Amino acid sequence: MEIVYQVFVLILAIFVGFELIRKVPATLHTPLMSGANAISGITLVGAIVAAGITEEPTLSKYLGAAAVAFATINVVGGYMVTDRMLAMFKKKEGGRK
Amino acid sequence: MEIIVNSSYIVATVLFIFGLKLLGHPGTARKGNLLSSLGMLVAVVVTLLANGIVDYTWIAIGFVVGGIIGALAARMVAMTAMPEMVALFNGFGGLASLLLGWAAVEAGLSAFVLITIFLSILIGGVTFTGSILAYGKLSEKVTGRPVQFVGQRFANAALLVAILVSGVLFVMEPTNVVWLYTVVGLAALLGILAVLPIGGADMPVVISLLNSYSGIAAAAAGFAIENNILIVAGSLVGASGIILTQIMCKAMNRSLSNVLFSGFGKVSKSAEKIEGEVKPLTADDAYYVLEAATSVLVVPGYGMAVAQAQHAVKELQELLEDNGAEVNYGIHPVAGRMPGHMNVLLAEADVSYDLLLEMDQVNPRMETYDVAIVIGANDVVNPAAREMEGSPIYGMPVINVDQARTVFVLKRSMASGFAGVDNPLFFKENTRMIFGDAKETLNTLIRAFGD
Repeated sequence: MEIVYQVFVLILAIFVGFELIRKVPATLHTPLMSGANAISGITLVGAIVAAGITEEPTLSKYLGAAAVAFATINVVGGYMVTDRMLAMFKKKEGGRK
Repeated sequence: MEIIVNSSYIVATVLFIFGLKLLGHPGTARKGNLLSSLGMLVAVVVTLLANGIVDYTWIAIGFVVGGIIGALAARMVAMTAMPEMVALFNGFGGLASLLLGWAAVEAGLSAFVLITIFLSILIGGVTFTGSILAYGKLSEKVTGRPVQFVGQRFANAALLVAILVSGVLFVMEPTNVVWLYTVVGLAALLGILAVLPIGGADMPVVISLLNSYSGIAAAAAGFAIENNILIVAGSLVGASGIILTQIMCKAMNRSLSNVLFSGFGKVSKSAEKIEGEVKPLTADDAYYVLEAATSVLVVPGYGMAVAQAQHAVKELQELLEDNGAEVNYGIHPVAGRMPGHMNVLLAEADVSYDLLLEMDQVNPRMETYDVAIVIGANDVVNPAAREMEGSPIYGMPVINVDQARTVFVLKRSMASGFAGVDNPLFFKENTRMIFGDAKETLNTLIRAFGD
């Protein structure tokens, strides 16, 4: 039952993803891609659990720690770069025709 | 405790969805990104506090190392190098999914969980090496030409079979590390082989697709460790990445499979002969034409990024406007090496985004432009896409600058573009070539206006 429920969630999320992006102007494709890329760093949440769930020095723990580091690069870098790009998207005052 | 964690994941999901939604409009995009990062913060903090975490040492180390690298990279990267930076970040995301899937391996797991672990390792690995190679191609550390070799298809098919077989063996015998290592190694190999035959000009599509993969890998890892937020956020990214990829393919009038499997190099030799002669013009002479122009269209391409000419372009725009001319920018959807690459660069130079017109907006009124200035763009303004059926880019929608009254092409040499296709535009009656570094040419023009 658990699996069916997870697949259910998966399918709904896919539809939402499709609908959200359908009508985005080309201007924003780069920031959008890098913003979405930052979200895919959500792996971080799983990595935290893997790295901290036990005090035993297991292989899984170290793999988790490495995953934390890489996912953090993805998350921090992704959001910051996106913000840097978007901060530049300005409309000149009175520039509107 | 679990109810708190899961409710906070709902909050995070809502923030992600709203964030993506707001990212779709120029005015709200920054807020959207902020909302989405807030969602990430919520998910991370709650996971840290309420998920049975007993040892924080390695988490802290991972945070510090990753945070510093990520922040520094994001700070220091030049706007022109943005495509490869995104590729690199994306690759690390894929690697994290691979490691997470690997970390989840233990004895006594159900076949379903093992399959999702296999998928997260496979897709994460492909994302990682594929993105790294895309990074190499974009930053020109690796050749941008499509690399194809005899028997490539056969090799790929054999590789796929090998991956499937080792996947099955891994699921049957998860404690035998040999199968696990084999899967990791083959996934890494697949990522390289998949991106290798794709030309540098198509890298935008590849990055977008790999971005989608990294989402799917995160979702697969979510199944493996039974974590809903990974499934939701991962599939959101996966789906939006696929749609974005499709939008980009449509802009090039090619199917995704055509981009992925055909390379771009097959220039047919039977193409009609290009007639006419190249008419060079000096920047000083170009000034007189520009001074008399009342409407000017600027069409930038990757060359503008290379020459770092965006600020000079903006300066010229202001001088032209002071001179009473109307200046617009015509942006091709795949100009540059990432969709919207040009928009980002011009935004950096403080160009108001309502001056940036999309291809469909400029083409109908092309005849009304006195001068079209092509700066470092080539394939996206190539009339061969309309006129020469033998051309490999035939059928791709282009900005029809050749229909403007006069066309200036700022270019370093007569070399063909990324796609390796000759451009009849350079030989047209109304085209003038201004050879030299784009930035220097622009500066000469700017000085001429100053005098």
